[in-house]
Amino acid sequence: MGIDRRKFIKASGLAALGLVSAAPVRLFGQHDSNMVDTTTPASPPSDGKPLVGNRWAMIVDLKKCLHEEGCTDCVAACHLTHNVPKFDNPKDEIKWIWKEGFHGAFHELGHKHLEEHILHSHVPVMCNHCDSPPCVKVCPTQATWKREQDGIVMMDWHRCIGCRYCMAACPYGSRSFNWRDPRPHIDKIDPNFPTRERGVVEKCTFCDERLAVGKLPSCVEACKAKALVFGDLEDAESEVRALLAEHYTIRRKPGLGTNPEIYYIV
Amino acid sequence: MNDKGLIIVGLVVFLALVAFPVWYNVAEGQADYVPELEIPVGVQECVMETEYMKANHMDLLNDWRDCVVRDGERMTVDQNGHEVEMSLTRTCLGCHTNKEAFCNRCHDYLGIEPYCWGCHVDPKEVQ
Repeated sequence: MGIDRRKFIKASGLAALGLVSAAPVRLFGQHDSNMVDTTTPASPPSDGKPLVGNRWAMIVDLKKCLHEEGCTDCVAACHLTHNVPKFDNPKDEIKWIWKEGFHGAFHELGHKHLEEHILHSHVPVMCNHCDSPPCVKVCPTQATWKREQDGIVMMDWHRCIGCRYCMAACPYGSRSFNWRDPRPHIDKIDPNFPTRERGVVEKCTFCDERLAVGKLPSCVEACKAKALVFGDLEDAESEVRALLAEHYTIRRKPGLGTNPEIYYIV
Repeated sequence: MNDKGLIIVGLVVFLALVAFPVWYNVAEGQADYVPELEIPVGVQECVMETEYMKANHMDLLNDWRDCVVRDGERMTVDQNGHEVEMSLTRTCLGCHTNKEAFCNRCHDYLGIEPYCWGCHVDPKEVQ
């Protein structure tokens, strides 16, 4: 007898394994030979050198911001730059930066006998670009991740599957979900920035697209009271470090250990 | 078993119906129809060879997307060594200004609906 059943099954199993493992090798080989080299090191764009920092952070000077009570220039500029839609129904609201009552922003800090002007102030809040961002830990597709080079908590709308784990994880409510197609609800679309689709989450990315061409975040640029200061925390000479050294600053929900990188001068 | 004729007639009718799109186009003289795409005027070369772009523009765009979004690299070098920005809106639509007569016409012909346009905006559409 040439071959028994047991040997035949073993041999066919091995052959199938060989076939299955050979296919991807061939595929990858093909892919490599066809690939274009698009990973050439980038050099600065001609119109402006990229802003480079090791740890971007923002300082909100509430003493200055308070004088501009009712001012929402930062919100308007950010939402215009990034094609953020406006919905009538607050349940559909998309927000990258918005003004929150002092108690809402720092609910563990206020007490009812706090200075009047602080109690009734409205504080600009946004994504805190935490050092230890809980949203990144829970994202199953890595659609949100922390950029190693400068600490920005990024968002990739190509990868977002709309599971909203990040929304549940973020203790600051800094993420919005597109329940409806946003495009018809954008007043003036800027073609330089993509709109989003229904079913993805979005948030502030510290204007990474503007930093890349040497511009400051649009909220910082738009603030006429100069209450928003953006800079590199690891640069000892930076304005943010000087402000942190001079003033007493607070952060939102420091007890959670997320290490938010938005500081408030009170 | 004398239904041979009926079965053959039925098969012929069935095949004729199934092949309707094919013979209808042949009868209309549209069998070899290929859409005519509007090529940018005054621009001689694309970022890569035309043949390469025809077959692989989607892979190139995918690579660009990853470079820009994931790696923060926004510039690359084209086939002639010129520096170009990896941008669908600014670089591609900068030359192919008529998206309707270039991108859409070919995608429609092939029955492809790329989801790029769900987010990226043709500057002409918003003017």
